[in-house]
Amino acid sequence: MRKELKISAIRNGTVIDHITSGMALKVLHILGLDEDPPTSTVSVIMHVPSRVHSFKDIVKIEDRELKKQELNRIALLSPHATINIIRDGEVAEKHHVRPPREVVDLASCENPNCITNSREPVSTRFKVIRKEPMVLKCVYCGREQDVCVERL
Amino acid sequence: MDFRGRDVVSINDFTLEEINYILDVAEGMVPAAKGEEVLDLIPGKILAMMFYEPSTRTMLSFETAMKRIGGKVIGFSDVRATSTAKGETLADTIKMVEAYADVIVLRHDREGAARMAAEFSDIPVLNAGDGAGQHPTQTLLDLYTMRSELGYLRKKSIALVGDLKYGRTVHSLTYALAKFGANLHFIAPEALQLPPEVVSHLEKRNTNFEVHEDLSDVMGEVDVLYVTRIQKERFPDIEEYNKVAGAFRIDTDSLAGAKKSMIIMHPLPRVDEIATDVDGTQHARYFQQAFNGVPVRMALLSLVLGADLGVLK
Ligand SMILES: Nc1ncnc2c1ncn2[C@@H]1O[C@H](COP(=O)(O)OP(=O)(O)OP(=O)(O)O)[C@@H](O)[C@H]1O
Ligand SMILES: [Mg+2]
Ligand SMILES: [Zn+2]
Repeated sequence: MRKELKISAIRNGTVIDHITSGMALKVLHILGLDEDPPTSTVSVIMHVPSRVHSFKDIVKIEDRELKKQELNRIALLSPHATINIIRDGEVAEKHHVRPPREVVDLASCENPNCITNSREPVSTRFKVIRKEPMVLKCVYCGREQDVCVERL
Repeated sequence: MDFRGRDVVSINDFTLEEINYILDVAEGMVPAAKGEEVLDLIPGKILAMMFYEPSTRTMLSFETAMKRIGGKVIGFSDVRATSTAKGETLADTIKMVEAYADVIVLRHDREGAARMAAEFSDIPVLNAGDGAGQHPTQTLLDLYTMRSELGYLRKKSIALVGDLKYGRTVHSLTYALAKFGANLHFIAPEALQLPPEVVSHLEKRNTNFEVHEDLSDVMGEVDVLYVTRIQKERFPDIEEYNKVAGAFRIDTDSLAGAKKSMIIMHPLPRVDEIATDVDGTQHARYFQQAFNGVPVRMALLSLVLGADLGVLK
Protein backbone atom coordinates (compact mmCIF):
# COMPACT_ATOMS: atom_id res chain seq x y z
CA MET A 1 0.00 0.00 0.00
CA ARG A 2 1.39 3.40 -0.94
CA LYS A 3 1.87 5.47 2.15
CA GLU A 4 0.87 9.10 2.27
CA LEU A 5 3.68 11.41 1.22
CA LYS A 6 3.73 14.85 2.78
CA ILE A 7 5.42 16.27 -0.29
CA SER A 8 5.38 15.16 -3.84
CA ALA A 9 7.17 11.95 -4.64
CA ILE A 10 10.54 12.07 -6.37
CA ARG A 11 11.52 9.85 -9.26
CA ASN A 12 15.21 9.55 -8.60
CA GLY A 13 17.29 10.71 -5.69
CA THR A 14 17.95 10.17 -1.99
CA VAL A 15 15.65 10.29 1.03
CA ILE A 16 17.26 10.65 4.43
CA ASP A 17 14.70 9.46 6.94
CA HIS A 18 14.56 9.19 10.74
CA ILE A 19 16.77 12.24 11.27
CA THR A 20 16.83 13.30 14.90
CA SER A 21 14.16 15.96 15.24
CA GLY A 22 15.53 19.46 14.65
CA MET A 23 18.75 18.31 12.91
CA ALA A 24 17.65 18.50 9.25
CA LEU A 25 19.32 21.83 8.49
CA LYS A 26 22.56 20.71 10.13
CA VAL A 27 22.39 17.59 7.98
CA LEU A 28 22.10 19.74 4.85
CA HIS A 29 25.02 21.78 6.07
CA ILE A 30 27.41 18.89 6.67
CA LEU A 31 26.46 17.41 3.31
CA GLY A 32 27.23 20.72 1.64
CA LEU A 33 23.67 20.92 0.27
CA ASP A 34 23.09 24.43 1.56
CA GLU A 35 25.77 25.79 -0.74
CA ASP A 36 25.29 28.53 -3.24
CA PRO A 37 24.86 27.98 -6.20
CA PRO A 38 22.52 25.08 -5.47
CA THR A 39 23.18 21.69 -7.05
CA SER A 40 19.94 19.80 -6.39
CA THR A 41 16.35 20.41 -5.41
CA VAL A 42 16.01 19.64 -1.73
CA SER A 43 12.86 19.26 0.40
CA VAL A 44 13.05 19.44 4.14
CA ILE A 45 10.28 18.20 6.40
CA MET A 46 10.67 18.85 10.09
CA HIS A 47 8.94 17.56 13.20
CA VAL A 48 7.13 14.70 11.54
CA PRO A 49 5.38 12.46 14.10
CA SER A 50 7.19 9.13 14.15
CA ARG A 51 6.38 5.75 15.58
CA VAL A 52 9.92 4.94 16.68
CA HIS A 53 11.02 8.24 18.20
CA SER A 54 8.30 10.77 18.91
CA PHE A 55 9.33 13.20 16.13
CA LYS A 56 11.75 13.06 13.22
CA ASP A 57 12.97 15.14 10.30
CA ILE A 58 13.19 14.00 6.67
CA VAL A 59 15.35 15.35 3.82
CA LYS A 60 14.69 14.52 0.16
CA ILE A 61 17.26 15.25 -2.51
CA GLU A 62 16.29 15.03 -6.14
CA ASP A 63 18.43 13.52 -8.89
CA ARG A 64 21.36 12.78 -6.68
CA GLU A 65 22.51 9.54 -5.08
CA LEU A 66 24.76 10.52 -2.24
CA LYS A 67 27.90 8.49 -1.59
CA LYS A 68 27.98 6.27 1.48
CA GLN A 69 31.14 7.96 2.74
CA GLU A 70 29.56 11.41 2.87
CA LEU A 71 26.36 10.04 4.31
CA ASN A 72 28.17 8.52 7.24
CA ARG A 73 28.94 12.03 8.45
CA ILE A 74 25.24 12.25 9.26
CA ALA A 75 25.78 9.69 12.01
CA LEU A 76 27.50 12.45 13.99
CA LEU A 77 24.21 14.33 14.18
CA SER A 78 21.72 11.60 13.90
CA PRO A 79 22.77 8.04 14.72
CA HIS A 80 19.46 6.45 13.66
CA ALA A 81 19.04 8.07 10.25
CA THR A 82 18.31 5.82 7.27
CA ILE A 83 19.34 6.49 3.69
CA ASN A 84 16.87 5.50 1.00
CA ILE A 85 18.01 5.55 -2.60
CA ILE A 86 15.01 6.16 -4.83
CA ARG A 87 15.03 4.91 -8.42
CA ASP A 88 11.98 5.12 -10.65
CA GLY A 89 9.88 6.26 -7.73
CA GLU A 90 10.67 3.21 -5.60
CA VAL A 91 13.02 2.62 -2.69
CA ALA A 92 15.85 0.76 -4.43
CA GLU A 93 18.32 0.65 -1.52
CA LYS A 94 18.11 1.31 2.19
CA HIS A 95 21.13 1.86 4.46
CA HIS A 96 21.61 2.70 8.09
CA VAL A 97 24.23 5.37 8.72
CA ARG A 98 27.40 4.22 10.41
CA PRO A 99 29.66 6.54 12.37
CA PRO A 100 32.98 7.13 10.58
CA ARG A 101 36.19 6.09 12.31
CA GLU A 102 37.71 9.52 11.77
CA VAL A 103 36.09 12.91 11.48
CA VAL A 104 38.19 15.23 9.34
CA ASP A 105 37.70 18.95 8.82
CA LEU A 106 34.14 18.97 10.14
CA ALA A 107 33.85 19.67 13.84
CA SER A 108 36.04 22.14 15.71
CA CYS A 109 37.91 21.17 18.88
CA GLU A 110 36.41 22.27 22.19
CA ASN A 111 39.85 23.03 23.61
CA PRO A 112 40.40 26.75 22.93
CA ASN A 113 44.15 26.26 23.34
CA CYS A 114 44.32 23.47 20.74
CA ILE A 115 46.64 24.18 17.80
CA THR A 116 43.64 23.67 15.45
CA ASN A 117 42.01 26.73 17.01
CA SER A 118 44.93 28.99 16.08
CA ARG A 119 45.83 30.59 12.76
CA GLU A 120 47.76 27.51 11.64
CA PRO A 121 46.88 25.95 8.26
CA VAL A 122 45.69 22.68 9.76
CA SER A 123 42.33 20.86 9.52
CA THR A 124 40.72 19.40 12.60
CA ARG A 125 40.90 15.61 12.95
CA PHE A 126 39.18 13.41 15.50
CA LYS A 127 39.14 9.70 16.20
CA VAL A 128 35.70 8.33 17.05
CA ILE A 129 36.42 6.50 20.30
CA ARG A 130 32.82 5.74 21.28
CA LYS A 131 29.74 5.41 19.10
CA GLU A 132 26.79 5.87 21.40
CA PRO A 133 26.82 8.37 22.87
CA MET A 134 29.47 9.47 20.43
CA VAL A 135 32.80 10.58 21.87
CA LEU A 136 35.52 12.15 19.73
CA LYS A 137 39.20 12.47 20.54
CA CYS A 138 41.23 15.27 18.98
CA VAL A 139 44.26 13.83 17.18
CA TYR A 140 46.22 16.99 17.99
CA CYS A 141 45.54 17.96 21.60
CA GLY A 142 44.13 14.62 22.76
CA ARG A 143 41.00 16.15 24.30
CA GLU A 144 38.05 13.74 24.47
CA GLN A 145 34.75 15.47 23.77
CA ASP A 146 31.09 15.00 22.89
CA VAL A 147 29.89 15.95 19.44
CA CYS A 148 28.75 19.50 19.83
CA VAL A 149 26.25 20.47 17.14
CA GLU A 150 27.18 24.15 17.48
CA ARG A 151 30.75 23.33 16.44
CA LEU A 152 29.78 21.32 13.34
CA MET B 1 64.68 -1.46 16.29
CA ASP B 2 64.86 1.40 13.82
CA PHE B 3 64.00 4.85 15.09
CA ARG B 4 65.63 6.76 12.24
CA GLY B 5 63.47 9.67 11.13
CA ARG B 6 60.85 9.08 13.79
CA ASP B 7 59.05 11.87 15.64
CA VAL B 8 58.71 11.89 19.41
CA VAL B 9 55.38 13.58 20.03
CA SER B 10 53.66 11.51 22.72
CA ILE B 11 54.82 8.66 24.94
CA ASN B 12 51.66 6.83 23.87
CA ASP B 13 53.15 6.43 20.38
CA PHE B 14 55.73 3.99 21.81
CA THR B 15 55.36 0.36 22.81
CA LEU B 16 56.78 -1.03 26.04
CA GLU B 17 59.57 -2.72 24.05
CA GLU B 18 60.46 0.54 22.33
CA ILE B 19 60.53 2.44 25.62
CA ASN B 20 62.78 -0.18 27.19
CA TYR B 21 65.08 -0.02 24.19
CA ILE B 22 65.37 3.79 24.44
CA LEU B 23 66.16 3.47 28.16
CA ASP B 24 68.78 0.79 27.43
CA VAL B 25 70.47 3.10 24.93
CA ALA B 26 70.31 5.93 27.49
CA GLU B 27 72.19 3.76 30.01
CA GLY B 28 75.03 3.44 27.54
CA MET B 29 75.19 7.23 27.26
CA VAL B 30 75.90 7.88 30.94
CA PRO B 31 79.74 8.08 30.82
CA ALA B 32 79.57 10.57 27.96
CA ALA B 33 76.74 12.48 29.65
CA LYS B 34 79.08 12.97 32.61
CA GLY B 35 81.92 14.07 30.34
CA GLU B 36 84.02 10.99 31.14
CA GLU B 37 83.95 9.89 27.52
CA VAL B 38 83.77 11.78 24.27
CA LEU B 39 81.30 10.61 21.62
CA ASP B 40 81.06 11.60 18.01
CA LEU B 41 77.97 9.64 17.01
CA ILE B 42 76.40 12.14 14.64
CA PRO B 43 79.20 14.23 13.12
CA GLY B 44 77.99 17.39 11.42
CA LYS B 45 74.34 17.03 12.46
CA ILE B 46 72.49 20.13 13.56
CA LEU B 47 69.67 20.42 16.09
CA ALA B 48 67.26 23.35 15.81
CA MET B 49 65.76 24.35 19.15
CA MET B 50 62.46 26.16 18.71
CA PHE B 51 61.33 27.39 22.10
CA TYR B 52 58.19 29.48 21.93
CA GLU B 53 58.01 29.27 25.70
CA PRO B 54 60.93 29.48 28.06
CA SER B 55 62.11 26.34 29.84
CA THR B 56 65.61 26.50 31.23
CA ARG B 57 66.03 22.90 32.26
CA THR B 58 64.64 21.24 29.13
CA MET B 59 66.49 23.62 26.85
CA LEU B 60 69.86 23.27 28.54
CA SER B 61 69.66 19.50 28.78
CA PHE B 62 68.74 19.11 25.11
CA GLU B 63 71.58 21.40 24.15
CA THR B 64 74.03 19.49 26.33
CA ALA B 65 72.72 16.18 25.00
CA MET B 66 73.24 17.20 21.37
CA LYS B 67 76.76 18.46 22.05
CA ARG B 68 77.71 15.37 24.08
CA ILE B 69 76.99 13.13 21.08
CA GLY B 70 78.97 15.32 18.73
CA GLY B 71 76.28 17.50 17.16
CA LYS B 72 75.69 21.23 16.85
CA VAL B 73 72.83 23.42 18.04
CA ILE B 74 71.01 26.42 16.59
CA GLY B 75 67.71 27.95 17.67
CA PHE B 76 65.71 30.55 19.50
CA SER B 77 64.03 30.86 22.85
CA ASP B 78 62.74 34.38 22.61
CA VAL B 79 59.79 34.62 20.28
CA ARG B 80 59.93 38.41 20.23
CA ALA B 81 63.18 38.16 18.30
CA THR B 82 61.69 35.94 15.56
CA SER B 83 59.28 36.49 12.68
CA THR B 84 56.53 34.89 14.76
CA ALA B 85 56.22 38.33 16.30
CA LYS B 86 55.45 39.55 12.77
CA GLY B 87 52.73 36.95 12.37
CA GLU B 88 54.48 33.96 10.79
CA THR B 89 52.73 30.67 11.45
CA LEU B 90 54.41 27.74 13.15
CA ALA B 91 53.82 25.71 9.97
CA ASP B 92 55.81 28.21 7.86
CA THR B 93 58.58 28.46 10.45
CA ILE B 94 58.89 24.67 10.49
CA LYS B 95 59.17 24.53 6.67
CA MET B 96 62.00 27.03 6.88
CA VAL B 97 63.84 25.50 9.84
CA GLU B 98 63.81 21.99 8.39
CA ALA B 99 66.02 23.32 5.60
CA TYR B 100 68.59 24.48 8.17
CA ALA B 101 68.79 21.48 10.48
CA ASP B 102 68.59 17.69 10.83
CA VAL B 103 66.29 17.47 13.84
CA ILE B 104 63.92 19.86 15.63
CA VAL B 105 63.13 20.20 19.33
CA LEU B 106 59.92 22.16 19.83
CA ARG B 107 58.38 23.73 22.91
CA HIS B 108 55.11 25.53 22.21
CA ASP B 109 52.27 27.02 24.25
CA ARG B 110 49.47 25.27 22.35
CA GLU B 111 48.35 21.67 22.78
CA GLY B 112 48.86 19.66 19.61
CA ALA B 113 51.59 21.98 18.24
CA ALA B 114 54.15 19.18 18.09
CA ARG B 115 51.80 16.78 16.28
CA MET B 116 51.09 19.45 13.68
CA ALA B 117 54.77 20.39 13.36
CA ALA B 118 55.65 16.73 12.79
CA GLU B 119 53.13 16.59 9.94
CA PHE B 120 54.71 19.61 8.26
CA SER B 121 58.30 18.57 8.83
CA ASP B 122 60.34 16.03 6.89
CA ILE B 123 62.97 15.91 9.65
CA PRO B 124 62.19 14.41 13.07
CA VAL B 125 60.39 16.61 15.61
CA LEU B 126 60.88 16.01 19.32
CA ASN B 127 58.16 17.44 21.53
CA ALA B 128 59.64 19.34 24.47
CA GLY B 129 56.20 20.25 25.81
CA ASP B 130 53.07 21.49 24.04
CA GLY B 131 51.05 23.68 26.37
CA ALA B 132 49.24 21.53 28.90
CA GLY B 133 49.71 18.55 26.58
CA GLN B 134 52.50 16.02 26.26
CA HIS B 135 56.09 16.12 27.40
CA PRO B 136 57.39 12.71 26.36
CA THR B 137 61.07 13.28 27.14
CA GLN B 138 60.12 14.15 30.73
CA THR B 139 58.14 10.91 30.95
CA LEU B 140 61.07 8.95 29.54
CA LEU B 141 63.53 10.43 32.00
CA ASP B 142 61.12 9.70 34.86
CA LEU B 143 60.85 6.08 33.72
CA TYR B 144 64.60 5.91 33.28
CA THR B 145 65.13 7.14 36.84
CA MET B 146 62.69 4.62 38.31
CA ARG B 147 64.04 1.74 36.27
CA SER B 148 67.65 2.48 37.12
CA GLU B 149 66.89 2.88 40.84
CA LEU B 150 64.54 -0.10 41.22
CA GLY B 151 65.86 -2.44 38.53
CA TYR B 152 62.40 -3.08 37.08
CA LEU B 153 58.91 -1.61 37.57
CA ARG B 154 56.57 -4.60 37.46
CA LYS B 155 54.61 -4.82 40.73
CA LYS B 156 56.61 -1.99 42.28
CA SER B 157 54.53 0.44 44.34
CA ILE B 158 54.62 3.89 42.87
CA ALA B 159 52.76 6.80 44.45
CA LEU B 160 51.93 9.93 42.48
CA VAL B 161 51.30 12.85 44.80
CA GLY B 162 49.88 16.36 44.39
CA ASP B 163 48.04 17.75 41.37
CA LEU B 164 46.86 14.66 39.50
CA LYS B 165 43.99 16.41 37.77
CA TYR B 166 45.53 19.13 35.62
CA GLY B 167 49.08 17.83 35.21
CA ARG B 168 48.96 16.12 31.82
CA THR B 169 52.55 14.92 32.21
CA VAL B 170 51.33 13.01 35.24
CA HIS B 171 48.71 11.37 33.02
CA SER B 172 51.32 10.36 30.45
CA LEU B 173 53.49 8.94 33.21
CA THR B 174 50.46 7.08 34.58
CA TYR B 175 49.74 5.44 31.20
CA ALA B 176 53.37 4.46 30.80
CA LEU B 177 53.60 3.00 34.31
CA ALA B 178 50.46 1.00 33.59
CA LYS B 179 52.23 -0.46 30.53
CA PHE B 180 55.12 -1.46 32.81
CA GLY B 181 52.72 -3.24 35.19
CA ALA B 182 53.47 -1.12 38.25
CA ASN B 183 51.07 -0.89 41.21
CA LEU B 184 49.92 2.71 41.40
CA HIS B 185 48.78 4.92 44.26
CA PHE B 186 47.19 8.28 43.61
CA ILE B 187 47.44 10.68 46.50
CA ALA B 188 45.72 14.02 46.10
CA PRO B 189 43.05 16.22 47.61
CA GLU B 190 39.68 15.31 46.21
CA ALA B 191 39.55 18.40 43.99
CA LEU B 192 42.83 17.44 42.32
CA GLN B 193 42.34 13.70 41.84
CA LEU B 194 42.83 11.88 38.57
CA PRO B 195 40.22 12.70 35.87
CA PRO B 196 37.63 10.01 35.10
CA GLU B 197 38.96 9.21 31.62
CA VAL B 198 42.37 8.32 33.05
CA VAL B 199 40.74 6.16 35.73
CA SER B 200 38.63 4.33 33.15
CA HIS B 201 41.71 3.73 31.00
CA LEU B 202 43.42 2.10 34.00
CA GLU B 203 40.36 -0.01 34.76
CA LYS B 204 40.22 -1.23 31.15
CA ARG B 205 43.85 -2.30 31.39
CA ASN B 206 43.29 -4.03 34.74
CA THR B 207 45.97 -1.89 36.34
CA ASN B 208 46.39 -2.29 40.06
CA PHE B 209 45.70 1.09 41.60
CA GLU B 210 44.41 2.78 44.75
CA VAL B 211 43.25 6.29 45.48
CA HIS B 212 44.09 8.03 48.75
CA GLU B 213 43.69 11.44 50.27
CA ASP B 214 46.37 10.97 52.87
CA LEU B 215 50.06 10.34 52.29
CA SER B 216 50.55 8.48 55.56
CA ASP B 217 48.19 5.73 54.29
CA VAL B 218 50.85 4.43 51.94
CA MET B 219 54.17 5.77 53.26
CA GLY B 220 55.27 2.38 54.59
CA GLU B 221 54.75 0.44 51.38
CA VAL B 222 55.77 2.60 48.44
CA ASP B 223 58.99 2.27 46.45
CA VAL B 224 58.66 5.64 44.72
CA LEU B 225 57.07 8.88 45.85
CA TYR B 226 56.61 11.04 42.76
CA VAL B 227 55.71 14.53 43.97
CA THR B 228 54.20 17.24 41.78
CA ARG B 229 53.48 20.87 42.39
CA ILE B 230 50.05 22.04 43.55
CA GLN B 231 49.38 25.38 41.90
CA LYS B 232 47.80 28.27 43.78
CA GLU B 233 45.65 29.16 40.77
CA ARG B 234 43.67 25.94 41.21
CA PHE B 235 42.12 27.14 44.46
CA PRO B 236 39.38 29.68 45.11
CA ASP B 237 41.29 31.30 47.94
CA ILE B 238 44.72 31.31 49.50
CA GLU B 239 43.57 29.71 52.79
CA GLU B 240 42.21 26.68 50.99
CA TYR B 241 45.48 26.43 49.06
CA ASN B 242 47.59 26.69 52.19
CA LYS B 243 45.58 23.99 53.90
CA VAL B 244 45.91 21.56 51.00
CA ALA B 245 49.51 22.38 50.18
CA GLY B 246 50.42 21.91 53.83
CA ALA B 247 48.79 18.48 53.96
CA PHE B 248 50.75 17.28 50.93
CA ARG B 249 54.10 18.74 51.87
CA ILE B 250 56.94 16.26 52.31
CA ASP B 251 59.42 16.82 55.14
CA THR B 252 61.65 14.51 57.15
CA ASP B 253 58.87 13.96 59.74
CA SER B 254 56.39 12.77 57.12
CA LEU B 255 58.98 10.24 55.92
CA ALA B 256 59.02 8.36 59.24
CA GLY B 257 57.97 4.80 58.47
CA ALA B 258 59.09 4.87 54.84
CA LYS B 259 61.07 1.97 53.39
CA LYS B 260 64.82 2.62 53.54
CA SER B 261 65.06 2.12 49.78
CA MET B 262 62.12 4.40 48.94
CA ILE B 263 63.03 7.18 46.51
CA ILE B 264 61.47 10.62 46.13
CA MET B 265 61.19 12.18 42.68
CA HIS B 266 59.97 15.56 41.46
CA PRO B 267 59.99 17.00 37.92
CA LEU B 268 61.31 20.35 39.34
CA PRO B 269 61.16 23.22 39.84
CA ARG B 270 59.82 22.65 43.33
CA VAL B 271 58.34 25.44 45.35
CA ASP B 272 57.77 24.04 48.81
CA GLU B 273 56.23 20.62 48.17
CA ILE B 274 59.47 19.06 49.43
CA ALA B 275 61.27 20.67 52.37
CA THR B 276 64.96 21.28 51.75
CA ASP B 277 65.89 19.09 54.73
CA VAL B 278 64.78 16.11 52.64
CA ASP B 279 67.55 16.83 50.10
CA GLY B 280 70.20 15.27 52.32
CA THR B 281 68.29 12.03 53.01
CA GLN B 282 68.94 8.71 51.22
CA HIS B 283 65.50 9.10 49.63
CA ALA B 284 66.04 12.23 47.53
CA ARG B 285 66.55 11.53 43.81
CA TYR B 286 65.21 14.69 42.15
CA PHE B 287 68.57 16.13 41.26
CA GLN B 288 69.74 12.78 39.88
CA GLN B 289 66.44 12.71 37.96
CA ALA B 290 67.20 16.11 36.43
CA PHE B 291 70.64 14.88 35.32
CA ASN B 292 69.04 11.79 33.76
CA GLY B 293 67.41 14.07 31.23
CA VAL B 294 70.79 14.31 29.51
CA PRO B 295 71.47 10.60 28.73
CA VAL B 296 67.81 10.06 27.83
CA ARG B 297 67.85 12.97 25.36
CA MET B 298 71.24 11.83 24.00
CA ALA B 299 69.65 8.45 23.32
CA LEU B 300 66.61 9.93 21.57
CA LEU B 301 68.64 12.30 19.41
CA SER B 302 71.07 9.52 18.38
CA LEU B 303 68.21 7.15 17.58
CA VAL B 304 66.12 9.49 15.45
CA LEU B 305 69.25 10.66 13.63
CA GLY B 306 70.16 7.06 12.83
CA ALA B 307 73.53 7.05 14.66
CA ASP B 308 75.60 3.87 14.66
CA LEU B 309 75.37 2.79 18.30
CA GLY B 310 77.90 -0.04 17.97
CA VAL B 311 80.49 1.93 19.93
CA LEU B 312 78.33 2.02 23.08
CA LYS B 313 78.73 -0.61 25.79
N1 LIG C 1 9.26 8.06 -4.52
C1 LIG C 1 9.47 8.64 -3.32
N2 LIG C 1 9.58 9.98 -3.26
C2 LIG C 1 9.80 10.59 -2.07
N3 LIG C 1 9.90 9.93 -0.89
C3 LIG C 1 9.81 8.59 -0.90
C4 LIG C 1 9.58 7.89 -2.09
N4 LIG C 1 9.52 6.57 -1.78
C5 LIG C 1 9.71 6.48 -0.44
N5 LIG C 1 9.89 7.68 0.11
C6 LIG C 1 10.15 7.99 1.52
O1 LIG C 1 11.36 7.31 1.90
C7 LIG C 1 11.26 6.81 3.22
C8 LIG C 1 11.47 5.32 3.20
O2 LIG C 1 10.46 4.69 2.47
P1 LIG C 1 9.93 3.21 2.82
O3 LIG C 1 8.85 2.90 1.87
O4 LIG C 1 11.11 2.31 2.91
O5 LIG C 1 9.27 3.47 4.24
P2 LIG C 1 9.26 2.53 5.56
O6 LIG C 1 8.81 1.20 5.17
O7 LIG C 1 8.50 3.30 6.59
O8 LIG C 1 10.81 2.48 5.95
P3 LIG C 1 11.49 2.62 7.39
O9 LIG C 1 11.33 1.34 8.05
O10 LIG C 1 12.92 2.95 7.03
O11 LIG C 1 10.82 3.77 8.11
C9 LIG C 1 9.90 7.25 3.75
O12 LIG C 1 10.04 8.44 4.48
C10 LIG C 1 9.08 7.50 2.46
O13 LIG C 1 8.09 8.50 2.68
MG1 LIG D 1 8.90 4.67 8.09
ZN1 LIG E 1 42.18 19.64 19.92
